[in-house]
Amino acid sequence: MSTVEKNGGLSGFVSRLSRQTPRSDDEPSRVGVPSRVAVEPRTVTAVSAETVYASKTLARFLDLLFARPNAEVMDLGPVIGSNITFLGERVGCKIHVEDLYADIDRHVQHDKLDQLPEFLSGRFSVRASSIDAVLGWDIFDYLAPMAATALAGELMRVLRPGGVLLGFFGARASDDPRYTKYLIEDEMHFRYRFYPSACKRRWVLQNRDINIMFAGLEICETVLLKSGVREILFRKRILS
Amino acid sequence: MHEELASIGKSIVINGELSGSEDLTIEGRVDGKIELRDHVLTVGSNGRIKAQVSAKAIVVLGQVTGNLNATERVDIKESGSVEGDIVSPRVAIADGSHFKGSIDMQKKDQPEKGVGTFTKPDSKTKSETPKTETVPVNGEFARV
Repeated sequence: MSTVEKNGGLSGFVSRLSRQTPRSDDEPSRVGVPSRVAVEPRTVTAVSAETVYASKTLARFLDLLFARPNAEVMDLGPVIGSNITFLGERVGCKIHVEDLYADIDRHVQHDKLDQLPEFLSGRFSVRASSIDAVLGWDIFDYLAPMAATALAGELMRVLRPGGVLLGFFGARASDDPRYTKYLIEDEMHFRYRFYPSACKRRWVLQNRDINIMFAGLEICETVLLKSGVREILFRKRILS
Repeated sequence: MHEELASIGKSIVINGELSGSEDLTIEGRVDGKIELRDHVLTVGSNGRIKAQVSAKAIVVLGQVTGNLNATERVDIKESGSVEGDIVSPRVAIADGSHFKGSIDMQKKDQPEKGVGTFTKPDSKTKSETPKTETVPVNGEFARV
């Protein structure tokens, strides 16, 4: 059952929203690190600043992933050694590292952003329906509509039926030229690490845009963070 | 008396097949195939490899283009760059290194894993988690 069904649909959501108390999910969490390490909440201003955030969708993503023996995961971000160790040794899956952020930077630096949709359409060499899970991170916040649509199409092509895709969709554009590395701390937490980028977070996708873009997938979980970031877990429909 | 380590100097270029039964450090250039079944291959910071590599352990400080197959571990250091697929039970990738390809850490002799071996955070960890109130929805969101 989808979350919206359990919670009474849009009207229920609106009334719940009006009753919201201040939330702490975007505050740096103090868990997910060894208890002996004192982690004080820090404001994220510097490129090197790091904070730990709770994630409501990661555990579900891992559950779905773990239910698939010898799963293959596609990571659209830069290679992160600790994530490789976590996914490879603990979850036991094969990981394809496809750093699309580097691809975007390269296109920006060569002033070829207009060629990005075509590039993304042929970006992945893996076979159709061969990937069990995609870690999409916040890549779509950095892609213009045509490029985003091309990428979404490719991801839907490579996902197996029943395969899942985790994406983060921001609520506002930013002038900060930086990307985020999402380090998996444990099953419920990410550590954010920022690094310089050649382009800015420019695109804010509305829910209807996301629904249209991923029409071949169903949303199995959506979580709205205080910052407005939406963590969305998609799943490719299993054809009966 | 200590054993001298085998190494290929940075002015050396090898095209073809390279195999051996001792640890090897490559600072030069090798194009082709490298096989050190029970030993450690170190690609030094000046090393440039375009080859399929098989070894017990592979340490990369330089550049490798090609697939790496290690029976024990692959270690890509901060200055290292690998473009290719890795098969090894243990893989360590340092922050700042470059990698493009796939990583397969599954032990081929192990039975397929089943549902249920994934460990959830224990109750202690959960109790430490501050109560976060998120808004699970499926369709509409608050405008910021």
